[in-house]
Formats: sequence, structure tokens, C-alpha cells
Amino acid sequence: MTSLPAPVAGAKKLGLVIDLDTCVGCHACAVNCKEWNASGHSAPLTDSNAYQADPHGVWFNRVHTYEAGDGDASRTVHFPRSCLHCETPACVTVCPTGASYKRAEDGIVLVNAEACIGCQLCAWACPYGAREFDADDGVMKKCTLCVDRIYNDNLPEAERVPACVSTCPASARHFGDLGDPNSAVSQLVASRGGYDLMPELGYKPTNKYLPPRKAAPRPTATPAPETGAGSALLRWIDRALSR
Amino acid sequence: MKPASSIVFFTTASGAGYGMLFWLGLLSALGDLPSSTAYGMTALFIALALITLGLLSSTYHLGHPERAWRALSQWRTSWLSREGVAAIATYIPAVIFGLTWLLTGRGSPLAGVLAAALAVITVICTAMIYASLKPIRQWSNRLVPAFYLLASLFSGAICLAGITSFVDPIAAQSLGLVSLFFGAAGAVVKFAYWRQIDTTRGTSTAASATGLGHLGTVRSFEAPHTDENYLLKEMGFRIARKHAAKLRAYALLATFALPLAILIGILAGPVPVNTLVPAALLAVVGMLLERWLFFAEATHTVVLYYGREA
Repeated sequence: MTSLPAPVAGAKKLGLVIDLDTCVGCHACAVNCKEWNASGHSAPLTDSNAYQADPHGVWFNRVHTYEAGDGDASRTVHFPRSCLHCETPACVTVCPTGASYKRAEDGIVLVNAEACIGCQLCAWACPYGAREFDADDGVMKKCTLCVDRIYNDNLPEAERVPACVSTCPASARHFGDLGDPNSAVSQLVASRGGYDLMPELGYKPTNKYLPPRKAAPRPTATPAPETGAGSALLRWIDRALSR
Repeated sequence: MKPASSIVFFTTASGAGYGMLFWLGLLSALGDLPSSTAYGMTALFIALALITLGLLSSTYHLGHPERAWRALSQWRTSWLSREGVAAIATYIPAVIFGLTWLLTGRGSPLAGVLAAALAVITVICTAMIYASLKPIRQWSNRLVPAFYLLASLFSGAICLAGITSFVDPIAAQSLGLVSLFFGAAGAVVKFAYWRQIDTTRGTSTAASATGLGHLGTVRSFEAPHTDENYLLKEMGFRIARKHAAKLRAYALLATFALPLAILIGILAGPVPVNTLVPAALLAVVGMLLERWLFFAEATHTVVLYYGREA
């Protein structure tokens, strides 16, 4: 059903916390996401002309790079973008068939590919570009928060996290219950000032982003004093050439 | 937003069809239309044909048209689902209206009024699909449902006037007057709409989309991929501003200026009443262009992530 589950205080809200301070923009999360999901819950993920001109395909996770600020104060920030598993996701409520739904038990937003008619209205309704149409399958696809990993008893417990989280070499991605204020991810959000994307639209994203830390002041270069051995003549030549 | 031809055709054709059904049902219930069975059947057939062709066209936009029936289930939350339910419900009184006209020589007034009411409800549901989408500022706008409704009532009235002109010039003139009123109102609302989307900016920005505004201006340095992806093809459709201005002028001319001039000429006397037919055709063709622009000029917040304006 596309009606949203009634909000319950303290309900589980699984999601990601993405640290923009440590993300190095390597795209490993996007690649591992593609690798896992190409054979997972929403498989296959279309790739057309992958090695030719005009390649296109479905990705659940895309890594942007931004410049922010000017001059010395400017920063380069790598920015992975994926489904935020919003608390009030319009992509769910606009769905005419009930194929889009938000799970009451953990807040994950999923698509039932058997019921999706491929009208693409959910893609229009999502401000974050989290939903992509699979032209081969004729249905809408999106991040599943690796629902087929995080509850998967066949995997060692340490691997029961989304593929993007498990692969991140910089530990810039964290997975956990954002509905529990005492969880590690909630503590991280509280301590680092984690924020919502486009909060003004009122979709209440579950995923949070951690801002880049303040840049340390740049050291000003001071010439090292001349120590070292050597003849007075060589020292004099060195001083003369250094002028 | 990409102007999918199936949807441009659907909203225009079905809009005109529902408008015709509205005036046919309402005015015949009031006894203001010719009573000949041939007239009633022709007008109803054209209205239902426009509606049905439009609805069929809209299913071409679907990845799985064979599952379209599922879209009737989520009317509690989805305007698209409500539109589907209302569209199908409209057929019931419309068909009863036609059958009673065929069998008794007069369409049941109750069925006519019901069909008229459901036709208007369907058009409002169509408009609300767009008006309820917050990421698209050009659509999430009160003038959108107002215009969809006026456009449907105008195009429906002028099409019905064109058909009526073959049978009853006096009734056709009355419908011409109705068309003139709704056409003028539609033009005013469209002007106001264009003014509004030109002079306002979206509340969301690259700063709020990335949350990096506190660092200074946010500029896209590198996109995640080298070619246009689904998001950019579907929601990043761009139209050059100078073309938009030209197309707006053509749309305005064909949809409103010329048909309204013809209507005034007919009502004032010098223009023959059978020019209502070309006037109606012009209005519908102009509306196709207007509807194309409605999509082409709309921008989606996802393009903010790609360093573009929304």
C-alpha cells in the first residue's frame, strides 16, 4: 500500500550516515553497489552500450564532486548521492499501484517490481534523483539499503551491512538505526552536526550527511635557518644565491 | 522535464474530450442544446473518442501497460490513481446518457449532470498529478489546476460549438460565447502562470541540495558519469530561453488569440458561424504546443546536483 505506515515513536529507522569530510571520491561504493545489486533484490540492473559511445544504465548510488567557497577557503567535496529512505517519501504516496512502499518495521523504501507499471511518477516526485527507470525491465529501480544483505543469515555478521558501506576504504559511510538516539550512527550525527538534504521540501530524509570539518590553518613557509657544515666560502655563495 | 508525446497528447485530447462531455451533459440537461439524436450521438462519440484515445495514449508512457489496471488501487494517496478511477467512472454516466438519448430521444439529465461532474473531477485529478510534485516548482503551483480546468472547459466548449454549428447556429453562437469567456479566462491565467514562473526562483538551491552552502558558493566540479543518464534525460530536459519565448507566442496565437478573434467576429456578425470548426482545431493544436511547453519549461530539483538551475 502506498499509504505510509503510521509513525511510531522509537521505531527503527535504518539508514546511512555519509561523512563528506572523509569521502575521497573513489566511487568504490557506487561500483560495489552496482556489483551486488546487479544480482540482488532488484537484479538485473540495465547497462546499455557499457563499453561504447552513449553508455547508460541504472545506478543506485552516484558520486558527485563539488567545489565550495572561493580562493584559499575553497574546498573540493566528494558527494555520494543515493536514496535517503525518507520518513515522508512522496515517491511512495504518488505510486498509483502500491508497488512503492515504505516498510513499517525498518523504514526501508522499496519497489515491488511485480506490481510496478513503470509510469515513472515516483522519479518525478523524488527531489533527490534516487529512482531510476530500468528501460529493459520496464520498472522503476532504487536503492534497497541492501535489504538482501543486512538480514542475510548466510553472510558473516560483519558483512550484514549495505554493499556501499562494506566497501568504503575511507570509512566514510556508516549504517545503523537512526531511530535510536543511542545508536552509533545517531551519536555520530549528533557529535558532527549531521544534516538533511533539502530539508525545506519536508520529505524528512533518514540518511544524514556529515559536513566537512573546518580546514586547519595553512602553515606559512619560513626558510629553515642555515646550519650544516661547509666552508665559509660555500656558505657565502649559498647566501648570495639565496637572495 | 521531458515532454513525452504520449502524455502531451493525452492531457490535450482527454482534456478537450472531458470539456466537451461537461458542456454536453450540463447544457443538454438544461435543455439548451439541439435534441436531434444524430447530433447527440456525434457529439458524444467525438467526446468519448478524444477521451479514450488520450487515455490509451497515456498507457504508451508505461513500462508495463498490461498492468495498468493496478493503477486503480491507490486512490487514497495517489492523484494518478484517482485520475484513473475518475476517468473510468466517467464512462458509466456518459454511456447511460448516450443510451437514454438514443432510446428516448433525450439524454437523461441526471446522467448528463453526473457525467459533467465526473469529467471536471477527472481533469482536476490530472492537474493535481503535476501540481502535487514539490520538486518541480513550475508545476507545484496553484495556477496549474486552474489552467488545466479552464483549458479543458475552453477547448471542450469550442469543439462542441464547432459540431453544433452544423445543426443549430443559434446554439453554436451561445457555445461560442461560453468559449469566449473561458478562453479569455484561460489566456489570463496562462499569462499569470508564465509571469510567475519567470519571476520566481525555486526554494531549493545547490546549497540546500548538498548542504555545503556554509562553505560558500557550491559549484559542480565533476559529474558522476560521463554521459547523460536517465535522470538528466527525463528530468534535465532543457529548452533554450529564446525558443521558449517564440513557442509561447505561437501557442498563445493558436490557442487563444486567433480562436478568440474568430469567436468575436462570429458573435459580432461578420464572420460565418461555420468558422467555429477551424477555430476549434486551431485551439486544440495550440494547446498541444502549450502542453509541450508545460513540460519543456519545467525544471526538477535533481538538476541542482548537476550544477544547473532549477
